[in-house]
Amino acid sequence: MTAIGQSLPRKEDPRLLRGAGRFGDDLQRPGQLHARIVRAPQAHGVLRSVDVSMAVAAPGVVRVLTAADLPDDPRIPVRLTVQGIELTEHLQPVLARETVRYVGEPVAVVLAEDPYLAEDAAELVALDIDQLPVAMDADAGTVAAEFELGFGDTDAAFAEAEHVVELDFDVGRHSAVPLEPRTLLVEPDRATGALEVFGMTKVPVFNRGVLASMLDIDEARIRVHAMDAGGGFGVRGEFYPEDFLVAWLALHTGRPVKWTEDRAEHLVAVNHSRQQQHRISAAFAADGRLLGLRADVAHDNGAYCRTHGIIVPELTLAMLPGPYRVPAYRGRIAVVLTNKTPCGTYRAPGRFEGTVVREQLLDMAADQLGVDPVQLRRRNLLEPAELPHTRPMSTLGTDVVLDAADYPGLLDAAVAEAKRLGYYAQVEQSRAAGKRVGLGVAMFLEKSGLGPQETADVSVGTSGAVRVHSGGTSLGQGIETVLGQITADGLGVSAADVTVINGDTALQPFGAGSWASRSTVVGGGAVHEAALAVRERAIEVAARILEVAVADLTLHDGVVEVRGAPGQRVSLAEVARACQPGSAWLYAGEPAGLAARRRFEVAHMTYPYGAHLAVVELDEQTGGVRVLRYLVAYEVGRAINPELVRGQLIGGVAQGVGGALSEEFGYDESGQPQAVTFMDYLMPTAAEIPEVDVLVTENAPSADNPLGAKGAGEGGLTAAGAALANAVRNALGEAGSVARLPMTPARVRAMLAGEAG
Amino acid sequence: MKPAAFTYHRAHDVRESIELLTELGEDAKILAGGQSLAPMMNFRLARPSALVDITRVTGLDYLRHGADGLRIGALTTHRTVETASELAGFDVLPRSAHWVGHYPIRCRGTFGGSIAHADPTSEWCLLAVLLEANIVLAGPRGQRTVPATEFFHGFFATAAEPDELIVEIHFPEPARQAALTEFAQRQGDFAIVAAAVRLSSVDGQCTGGRVVLGGVDPRPLVVDISNALDGAAVTESTWDAVGELVAGQLDPPTDAHGSGAYRKQLAATLVARAFAEAAAR
Ligand SMILES: Cc1cc2nc3c(=O)[nH]c(=O)nc-3n(C[C@H](O)[C@H](O)[C@H](O)COP(=O)(O)OP(=O)(O)OC[C@H]3O[C@@H](n4cnc5c(N)ncnc54)[C@H](O)[C@@H]3O)c2cc1C
Repeated sequence: MTAIGQSLPRKEDPRLLRGAGRFGDDLQRPGQLHARIVRAPQAHGVLRSVDVSMAVAAPGVVRVLTAADLPDDPRIPVRLTVQGIELTEHLQPVLARETVRYVGEPVAVVLAEDPYLAEDAAELVALDIDQLPVAMDADAGTVAAEFELGFGDTDAAFAEAEHVVELDFDVGRHSAVPLEPRTLLVEPDRATGALEVFGMTKVPVFNRGVLASMLDIDEARIRVHAMDAGGGFGVRGEFYPEDFLVAWLALHTGRPVKWTEDRAEHLVAVNHSRQQQHRISAAFAADGRLLGLRADVAHDNGAYCRTHGIIVPELTLAMLPGPYRVPAYRGRIAVVLTNKTPCGTYRAPGRFEGTVVREQLLDMAADQLGVDPVQLRRRNLLEPAELPHTRPMSTLGTDVVLDAADYPGLLDAAVAEAKRLGYYAQVEQSRAAGKRVGLGVAMFLEKSGLGPQETADVSVGTSGAVRVHSGGTSLGQGIETVLGQITADGLGVSAADVTVINGDTALQPFGAGSWASRSTVVGGGAVHEAALAVRERAIEVAARILEVAVADLTLHDGVVEVRGAPGQRVSLAEVARACQPGSAWLYAGEPAGLAARRRFEVAHMTYPYGAHLAVVELDEQTGGVRVLRYLVAYEVGRAINPELVRGQLIGGVAQGVGGALSEEFGYDESGQPQAVTFMDYLMPTAAEIPEVDVLVTENAPSADNPLGAKGAGEGGLTAAGAALANAVRNALGEAGSVARLPMTPARVRAMLAGEAG
Repeated sequence: MKPAAFTYHRAHDVRESIELLTELGEDAKILAGGQSLAPMMNFRLARPSALVDITRVTGLDYLRHGADGLRIGALTTHRTVETASELAGFDVLPRSAHWVGHYPIRCRGTFGGSIAHADPTSEWCLLAVLLEANIVLAGPRGQRTVPATEFFHGFFATAAEPDELIVEIHFPEPARQAALTEFAQRQGDFAIVAAAVRLSSVDGQCTGGRVVLGGVDPRPLVVDISNALDGAAVTESTWDAVGELVAGQLDPPTDAHGSGAYRKQLAATLVARAFAEAAAR
């Protein structure tokens, strides 16, 4: 029985469910100090002075750090440069020096003996700020970057069009709110000058490199340890000002320094996301064929460009055509700086935004053309025979080549499943009963498995236990389980015998991290190849022990066996011992150990896809929106662990419901954030999330990796805004659009009353 | 989100609570369920110099239903009210309890704490005003009773002195036809607007009613419906008309959860719904 394809229980669960997980805030080090960040209380101003005299004198305070104490003006570099656009002058300083640009910007750090004293002293840091005018929306901000993507002749397409459909659509500012806010503990080793770092996730190897260069020390002096994390979703684990500040303080005080972000900080400090204004138009032939697409987008990036640079706007443009046949496309985007928290990626970056805009436009077009919305999509989806399909533009530094897929097949399957589950019948019955219900369908294209590489080490210990050192991080997604299953099948052992360690830069110095739905696809590819290499070596050494030819041996269930002679066998543990230094089975000069390191490289991403269907009911008086039914249909290529795929999709829907209906980081006109607690930042709870139906298909395995897997991390969220916007629009019976997300009750009430939302 | 420094004191009875409050001065605060005070302290919106923890004070956790109405001890939890049976005439209280926060909050938060905290959307505050309850206070000068209609002075401000303790909330008159309903975007949130109403009717004809709203004013707002209900039929259209009448008298504030205009619309809707629910009792 193979492990791949089984819904094995998660390897992570025994420790997480028993409270034995290792989270940043659980760690205590003797002599540790606690950092508290002093944050700008105003959105824009000249920082005249930072008076720390009272804070320094406060009980328990060890040090107060301001920009003046730092030798130069350290800024956090962009992790992914795309479209060759230079952003140096917009990068965020680790501490504001002359100007503050958003409420929450770090201005000073107080280091004290306990977190209470640190917070007390932080209140005593006196900031003298001369207020400057604020730019609170994209129209008022400074353009940091502008670019275009596209192909074909859109002018000709629009000139020959029978129908042109236009839409203005805004997506509100919201972001990921993981259960566990960020934490960091940096412990210096005073003997060696090394720094032990606990709490960095996502891209630990990259972050180690950034930290090393910013501190001007060799990267080998920094070790980032494997940790658990209570959710990542894109925001956790990027290199933030705090990642530098905590390490700098540890290095310069010689004491362990811990920082635990609180929720109020989190909501102003981590990357915000999503806020964009879109104007898109589509040209259709009389028969409903899409001839061309144009998009003009303004991306409100907040005060600085952070590690993601401009990849969210880039992905918006690059993914906007989706799974459709678009002969001509031109997308333009302006990335605008405003006096708000800087932005970055949030699960399904650029796709959540682009998908809602495109899919709402298609529903409007269907009405305008007088065709069924599903039929209109069906007519314009790329057919399997048209794939692979190259779009002459690039994203994330790779060409857009849509790989094996059956988009129309999936849409049909999704609609059939929704019918089978009674969605359509429920809508009809509810309408007959006078209820205001609506059904929305949205199709989406995802991307996953970004390269260029991932590296994995697989080794077998003398007890026969298998260890995997991979470069991803455990964010709660179950990556240890998945990589364990892949190893088990590649090597020929039980998944229970495999231990996976992620995110330790000493154990895996070449890891590229867990993001962009890449760990199963690319990390899995590396683990698979390393496991095969270990298998090969085990068989080779076993052949020496058993004195048979390699070709006569098989390896399964942790035992190497002579084919047809099951009594003639040697366990993997014995083979591992035979690979120990000094063993008689090793040849002279042959390296010891039963282990392999492999690097898996990919040139292109692989593109999963799917459809979301939602049924909503509107309360005509209050404007409240209730999600009654929800279906995600998703093509994953190959489900390594089907239950985990389901879990990913359902979790994504929950976040999508939030972004579509309630979550928003609002600001007042002076730049004060309006959602700084969970009383105002409205994440949906179990009561607002419907039962989610899931249909996972494995009809289009990826040809680009040995497992055929496509990523599963984001598709539950990608089309949630779109399906819900279409469902609400359908319930409203609007000819126009719902115009913006989130669709709050007040806005829906206004639309019901026929007022502009 | 760590509170500023404070000293902690545990009281074991009402007298000791009052002694401690007197001794510690007006910056001291009572700690009951902590469901409002602790978050405010963590955000440093409240900075009491001392806390007097009354959760171990005995004899303040009761629901007594008798000839003189219903008496609720200050330390009675929301959950105890929610699960109370045999409160004939006062069952609007248990019926409304599910609107108060979430289960864990209802298990710790106290009735007296809600009244003392005086959030203008608090269900208990609205119902205390609706049912014309009396708030019983104990202090160094002895015990006194303040009508709920005079108790709430504004956002988190009440008639209680810093050295006084709420010991009991007394509901003298049953109201068989009463209901509370509200709207928030999520289950368990403080209401954007809440409406509490009572009705009296005879043979399909209304004889009177009372409306109290939350979320439209710094205090639970009694809205004058004069005799709009007198003689009106017990029907949907009556409730809609009263809802409109109520909304027309409001000038609610705008905040991130809704504009003043939206709150007026909600008030009209919720008043009508609450009357429909009350009429069905
Ligand atoms: C997420 C969340 C959602 C909530 N939702 C709602 C809701 O929908 N509706 C609602 O009404 N409430 C809600 N609450 C608040 C909750 O009901 C509190 O329990 C209540 O407001 C205060 O009661 P407490 O016992 O916790 O008081 P505490 O928090 O301990 O104290 C609150 C205040 O009252 C004072 N106090 C307490 N007891 C007395 C007393 N006997 N005499 C004098 N002063 C006293 C304290 O000094 C303090 O100033 C919510 C709370 C949370 C955290």
